[in-house]
Amino acid sequence: MTDHTPEARAERRALLETLQPRLEGVGRRTLLRQGLSLGALTMLSGCNLADGDAVDRVLLAMSRFNDRVQAALFSRTRLAPTYAASRITRPFPFNAFYPIDNAPDLDEDDWKLEVSGLVSDRTPWTVQRLRALPQRSQITRLICVEGWSAIGQWSGVPFSRFLHEVGADTTARYVGFKCADRYYSSIDMQSALHPQTIMALDFENKPLPTGFGYPMRLRIPTKLGFKNPKFIAAVFVTNTYPGGYWEDQGYNWFSGS
Amino acid sequence: MSDTTAGPARTRRVVIIHPLVVRLTHWVNAVALVMMVSSGWQIYNASPLLPFEFPAWATLGGWLGAGIAWHLAAMWLLVGNAAIYFAYGLGGRHFMRSFLPLTPRTVLRDLREALALRLQHKLGTYNAVQRLLYIVVLLLGVAALVSGLALWKPVQLQLVDDLLGGYPTVRWIHFGAMTGIVLFVVVHLVLVALVPKTLPAMITGRATTAVEPEELRP
Repeated sequence: MTDHTPEARAERRALLETLQPRLEGVGRRTLLRQGLSLGALTMLSGCNLADGDAVDRVLLAMSRFNDRVQAALFSRTRLAPTYAASRITRPFPFNAFYPIDNAPDLDEDDWKLEVSGLVSDRTPWTVQRLRALPQRSQITRLICVEGWSAIGQWSGVPFSRFLHEVGADTTARYVGFKCADRYYSSIDMQSALHPQTIMALDFENKPLPTGFGYPMRLRIPTKLGFKNPKFIAAVFVTNTYPGGYWEDQGYNWFSGS
Repeated sequence: MSDTTAGPARTRRVVIIHPLVVRLTHWVNAVALVMMVSSGWQIYNASPLLPFEFPAWATLGGWLGAGIAWHLAAMWLLVGNAAIYFAYGLGGRHFMRSFLPLTPRTVLRDLREALALRLQHKLGTYNAVQRLLYIVVLLLGVAALVSGLALWKPVQLQLVDDLLGGYPTVRWIHFGAMTGIVLFVVVHLVLVALVPKTLPAMITGRATTAVEPEELRP
């Protein structure tokens, strides 16, 4: 299943290199924030669990190893399955770290997308400017880290096109996102450049509903749902690992599908 | 495989009934399986398929993120261990010797005997019901692995997801495989409790068996 063209190999190598710095250091310590269950303590009573740090370190090292495995499995040309309109899940579930009533209610006229980091043009973007770029529409399955999934239709600007527009250094390791709901996340550059990764403006051919990221969210069907930040306020390109709201608490960073 | 104990006229001998590879992989598998199932239950609880959740005490991780971290770390232990076991079982003819021959007739016969509590346990030889159950649980393990990979990589391994009926169906397959494996473990542990001499044999590999007189004749 692996693509063996020189380009694909170079892409994979670049992706692996992006992960390298994370293998040294970066002390995310909160994986076991709620502690181990009684069952776990019973099971591992022979191990040093007094501080939990040793177990944390092993789990985080394995999670980073899994980042590398997933990067190696990733192909920029392998597309996520698409579906017929009749398969769209209705109603589409809302999910966030807060109830839907607390979702930010943004005004399109006030909204500006900040761009920073390794880009040549930092001019903020308006919705009108984004809509003036070529749009792409796709019906894909959003798979939540919790296990449920739902099929939806998203349309918007191919993210690779946007990165090109702002003169992003596409050899950089990460693209980070800051959101109006205080959520934040980051993805690897190879996934950012995948043809199905879009800055979604529309859901089922209408502007995104309030709870679903209006006015703009990332839709990246090659990653789990929590890697699809909503209400995006800022995009930045960087070589410094930016982490993420859930990632900093222990969710696997790559979380590719 | 067997070595006769020293001394003439002895009617008992010590035999190796479980090779070292089988014993090692058995116990590594036991640890890995507990980790996989308990962390899997943690993940299940985040979005239950059925109207019940697994009790928190039986889950590993404490929350979804840690449950996934455990699951995808223990996965490598389970798969690496299973690779050694299957290589040994298929390459070293261990499966062939231990699980075959197997016919429906012998299964029914041994099942009747077992239910009537007449079936004698002979250390080192599996009866037909055991053979069937071991083959079934190995196939369930393969099903759990394949469906698990399809859940982990539904885009990169979309062909597998398609063949298994799509992502939501694969969740059920993974859950079903887990259920079958857990039921096997329950039966397995009950039988060990009923025939306790099987437990030290799985640790030392050795069993002392009475030798039938005709077996001693040249």
